Amino acid sequence: MSTLDQPRGIAIPLQAPPVPQEKPGEVQDVAPAYEAQGVWRLAFNVFIQHRLAVVGLGIVIFMTLFCFVGPLIYHTDQTTVNLNNNDLAPGAGHLLGTDQFGFDVIGRLMVGGQTSLEIGIAAALVATVFGVVWGAVAGFFGGVIDALLMRFVDVMLAIPSLFLLLFLAVAFPRTVPILILVVAVTAWLIPARLVRAEALTLRTRDYVQAVTMMGGGGFRIVLRHIIPNSIGTIMVNATFQVADAILLVAAINFLGLGIAPPATNWGAMLSGGVDFVYDGWWWLIYPAGLAIVLTVVAFNFIGDALRDALEVRLQKR
Amino acid sequence: MLGYIIRRVLQAILITIGVTLIVFILLHVIPGGGVARAILGPRANAAQIAAFNHQNGLDQPLPAQYLTYLWQLAHGNFGFSYKLNQSVASLLVQYLPKTLLLLGLAYAVSIIIAVPLGIYQAVRRNKIDDYVLTGASFVFYSMPVFWLGIILIVIFSGALHWFPSEGPQGAYVTDDFSQLSSLILPVATLALVTIASFSRYMRSSTLENMVQDYVRTARAKGASNSRVLFVHVLRNAMIPILTLIGLSVGYVFSGALITEALFNYPGMGYIFWNAALTQDYPIILGVIVVTGFATVLGSLMADIMYAIADPRVRYRRA
Repeated sequence: MSTLDQPRGIAIPLQAPPVPQEKPGEVQDVAPAYEAQGVWRLAFNVFIQHRLAVVGLGIVIFMTLFCFVGPLIYHTDQTTVNLNNNDLAPGAGHLLGTDQFGFDVIGRLMVGGQTSLEIGIAAALVATVFGVVWGAVAGFFGGVIDALLMRFVDVMLAIPSLFLLLFLAVAFPRTVPILILVVAVTAWLIPARLVRAEALTLRTRDYVQAVTMMGGGGFRIVLRHIIPNSIGTIMVNATFQVADAILLVAAINFLGLGIAPPATNWGAMLSGGVDFVYDGWWWLIYPAGLAIVLTVVAFNFIGDALRDALEVRLQKR
Repeated sequence: MLGYIIRRVLQAILITIGVTLIVFILLHVIPGGGVARAILGPRANAAQIAAFNHQNGLDQPLPAQYLTYLWQLAHGNFGFSYKLNQSVASLLVQYLPKTLLLLGLAYAVSIIIAVPLGIYQAVRRNKIDDYVLTGASFVFYSMPVFWLGIILIVIFSGALHWFPSEGPQGAYVTDDFSQLSSLILPVATLALVTIASFSRYMRSSTLENMVQDYVRTARAKGASNSRVLFVHVLRNAMIPILTLIGLSVGYVFSGALITEALFNYPGMGYIFWNAALTQDYPIILGVIVVTGFATVLGSLMADIMYAIADPRVRYRRA
């Protein structure tokens, strides 16, 4: 998905802050009519005007509360298989029924969501940090270093990520920390490319030249100037990375190569539900799928809005 | 033009060699005794493992092993599956055509639907039907392939009984032609996701072209609306789609893996999945090499077709 990145959403024109009404007889302050707005403040304004992004943020906050705070309120047993109560239809005791092992589906969604969100967010973070450093170093130093680093990225991009991911999932023990690393291994390439492109233009800017002239070293420039100046691109991509990572993790769990039971995640729940397609047991299919789609769409909405908010070039001025 | 193509082919060859190097490294990162342990099982003793390693040249220095590996690949030897007692190459000959059929149909359906859809949306930009279609494509675009497939099975197989819930069975691609109705759901699953992304590209590419100078010129010369749209704009707006087809190869292979697993369709993705479940490393690594080659070939074709279709590109890059 990210390899085929495309401009998503449309830029929303900035609204000028309201000009204070001059009241007769009042002494006008020296302060200018337009209050100077910080970059982040501006970005926040654009973001908040994006209705879909606010919805997306709402969904993410809801999902986080649901998964992490929910189990404190809604107590279910998610470790002991209870075959007397399996495949119950939604009803009074279990609002969304139970699955084939007798686990309550709502409780399962919470526990499964925890691992989905944890792996998705952590993998995106690891991939972004690693990719950003890789790309910034390549773009700033250029020459042989750039050629070597980026050819490696090209080669890695040539291997479809799901195939590489399944190999790693087979070869290494499947625990949450290792799955995070495994997903990150396939995901860091895009941020590396994006940041390298930014670094290539940034390093010719006057202020970077000035730092070089004042004796600033390469790593100082990369850490203090190149990376902070590409923070917009980085944050936008990181948001999309979370969505992609949640999808990838769901996919490998769906294929039966994810986390081992009794731990679960949304993808694994779906893969259990597939066996009962013909029985009409919708509660094993729709809730988990919907949770994945809602979360992924929410992160995509947030990414779109962040792009409009942080990538100044796209803003209509 | 020729120079550009030669340069691009050389690049592709380098990346292909890189892919084989990565796969060779993967072969050696398998923990817990590596390939020998995975094949001989947990009860093999040190002497047996040493004998296996010696027999298969795994005790040679790494560079020598890599050269042997390249030599084998060049001769069409992708490894041997000890679990299925069959060479990976013969498995690929048998199952790859089934995947290619699935992908080919999915691509064809996607292009036939997505191109007119994108143009329609561009023409009706910001009207209610454009919003509805954009919303729909966003939903399909964000939907995991496996969930979309399950929903299609629930509706069209479980409730309506229109199509079987399984893909065509049988080990050869010719078996598929007698079971065309079984192909519909797997193809639809792959195509819906692809249509969603292709139509979005087509929409924005058409919009971009509709404001170009050449459109104004054509209109000034008295060309009709439909002539401008279907002769002038269409040909230019299709160029990014050409590239997209080439670049989406890897992505679509991943989609095919999930679709084949879900619909129990014995293609390359399916044997890869089974190999993953049974830790059959020779198949896993053989298929990774093949998908890597396909991806490189796809982006090479994309660049070459782009250069042929759009002369501006080859002059700029030449």
